[in-house]
Amino acid sequence: MVYKEFIQMRRDRLTFAMMVGIPLLQLTLFGYAINTDPRQLPTAALISDDSPFARRFLAALQTSDYFQLGDRLDNAAQADRVLALGQAQFVVQIPSGFERELLRGERPQLLILADATDPSATGSALAALAELPNRLLAEQMRGPLAAYAPQAPPFDLVIQRRYNPEGLTEHNIVPGLMGVILTMTMIMMTAVAVTRERERGTMENLLATPVRPLEVMLGKILPYVGVAYVQVTLVVLAAMWLFAVPVRGSLALLYAAVGIFVLANLAVGVFFSTLARNQLQAMQMTFFFFLPSLLLSGFMFPFRGMPNWAQAIGELLPLTHFLRIVRGIMLKGNQAAEIFAHLPPLLVFTALALALGVLRFRRTLD
Amino acid sequence: MSEAVIEVRGLTKRFGDKTVVDGLDMRVEKGQIYGFLGPNGSGKTTSIRMLCGLLTPDAGQGRCLGMDILTQAQRIKRRVGYMTQRFSWYEDLSIAENLRFAARLYGVPNVAQRVDQALDDLGLSARRQQLAGSLSGGWKQRLALAASLLHSPDLLLLDEPTAGVDPQARREFWEHIHDLTEAGITVLVSTHYMDEAERCHRLAYISAGRLLVEGTPQQVLDHVGLQTIVVEGASAAQRQSLAALEGVEQAVVFGTAVHLSGSNAERMGHSVGRYADQQRLRWQRVQASLEDAFIHLMQSQRGAGPNRSASTQAGAARGR
Ligand SMILES: Nc1ncnc2c1ncn2[C@@H]1O[C@H](COP(=O)(O)OP(=O)(O)O)[C@@H](O)[C@H]1O
Ligand SMILES: [Mg+2]
Repeated sequence: MVYKEFIQMRRDRLTFAMMVGIPLLQLTLFGYAINTDPRQLPTAALISDDSPFARRFLAALQTSDYFQLGDRLDNAAQADRVLALGQAQFVVQIPSGFERELLRGERPQLLILADATDPSATGSALAALAELPNRLLAEQMRGPLAAYAPQAPPFDLVIQRRYNPEGLTEHNIVPGLMGVILTMTMIMMTAVAVTRERERGTMENLLATPVRPLEVMLGKILPYVGVAYVQVTLVVLAAMWLFAVPVRGSLALLYAAVGIFVLANLAVGVFFSTLARNQLQAMQMTFFFFLPSLLLSGFMFPFRGMPNWAQAIGELLPLTHFLRIVRGIMLKGNQAAEIFAHLPPLLVFTALALALGVLRFRRTLD
Repeated sequence: MSEAVIEVRGLTKRFGDKTVVDGLDMRVEKGQIYGFLGPNGSGKTTSIRMLCGLLTPDAGQGRCLGMDILTQAQRIKRRVGYMTQRFSWYEDLSIAENLRFAARLYGVPNVAQRVDQALDDLGLSARRQQLAGSLSGGWKQRLALAASLLHSPDLLLLDEPTAGVDPQARREFWEHIHDLTEAGITVLVSTHYMDEAERCHRLAYISAGRLLVEGTPQQVLDHVGLQTIVVEGASAAQRQSLAALEGVEQAVVFGTAVHLSGSNAERMGHSVGRYADQQRLRWQRVQASLEDAFIHLMQSQRGAGPNRSASTQAGAARGR
């Protein structure tokens, strides 16, 4: 019995490959790609006081290893924009006259804006930040100035956690869950449903009728678009009522974005169905796609914590972009203009997956 | 010569480096029942799929119902009823639901009425609510036939329609097929049953993707040129001796009788007659059956290879 099982396992090459492949994939992803202490987070600076102190402060940020200084911004609107688009994780804002007020002992405010959508992405950086003023001052007020070195820093470091001020993980997870659920169910349902038609021979019947292959394919996947919208509605309702997650942007915009994302996943499902010889294989392929989506998209672990190669893979996955969109709409209140910035990679993926799915699907019997 | 419903030349299909159908020429006339015979894996299903546009041939050309099989597959599909080898309707839908679905796929007008009529025609009315998955082989076959007839096709392609169906249901099925041809429908049917082959107007026998013989059942028999002698009441030892006699190419046991066949009637008659008389066994010459003829074809094909098939194909052409 055991022997027969092994023989059958070996005959089913793909299943066998998957059985080896999935653990390897898991090992690689968990072992190398995941890092819960992200560093080098992109930080933009809005400096209105170009003083030696400001430069020192920025240099100190840079050397702390948590912050990667990037763009210099000119005004507050730009600061809002880079955060809303997720281009920067932090914005450091040093108001004009900062050094003057500092020397006069007026306790000026130094503002750090953080995109706190994902509390775990900003957590350790902000903790490091709290240490920074003391270290900085101890350094600066050496020598003759040492006498003036105060006990407490002579300025206030104000941290503004945007979008998720209380740092509630569920605010980040619940909208993300929508994308995860859609990825899992859409790919699996189409892949299995189409593979089942082929496995049972009913596909041959369908293709022998005047109905065109493309129509057969659309007929197979359209019902799942309906299923997807039911799922999305459920998640939105649960987010609002059970988890008190805000919905700051437009639901209509969200539903439109869901449409594109669902299409991408359905196309992947159809493509898998053209490769799988049976429903088990279809399930395994779904899993093979789902695992990296789950781990590399920024759903479970901060996207910016991953090594470059893992981020590059993540950028290819539709879930990564959908997460940015859904979090953008629900938490950041992103408008259409900001959402469009996330669309091109998603659209390219959808178009490629559809083309591949349709092409392979048309040759089902050949 | 009457109107050709199927006319193909040099039809060829390869899967990978394996040629599954190899230069198939075929002509089926309107109103005929055309039998398609050959061992498993000889390419019958593949040929039928090429005829109805499910597979694209790698070489060859032809017309089906006057339309080009390479470029007009979509239009051919509208006028062809195809019954697949495996039951391929939905086991989790009822008979009526399956038929309604089929009717919509073909864009049949008055779906409800057409489905009721189809249920009546095939005696499925009483079971209309039953799930297809719970039907026996014979009823599934009726359902599949009903579904392939809903859009009143001009050509029926039946791929081993009676495999796993009991003799009573098979007989009824064939009566129905004959009724349909009376009404002008053309039928191409693949089968392994020789009694069914005998009911066809014309036969084609293919092996390893090549057409070996073609013609009416009588022409096929004449072409194979096989003689059969039936010897009654031989023991196992006697049967072995009989099979080893000169001119006997094939020995098949049917109950208490053994059928000896060979292509050289005179030589076989001489040796068998002498042995049977010696052993006091009753024997008589009979006409070779199609089954004997096809087994003979299969064996000679296996032994002889391509040369032989070339010569028999030439023979087939003469047989027309
Ligand atoms: N889609 C396919 N891919 C590869 N080989 C195939 C495919 N379909 C059929 N074959 C092979 O072609 C040969 C002929 O098959 P088929 O036409 O089904 O024969 P038959 O119907 O006479 O039993 C078989 O050896 C089969 O394995
Ligand atoms: Mg077959």
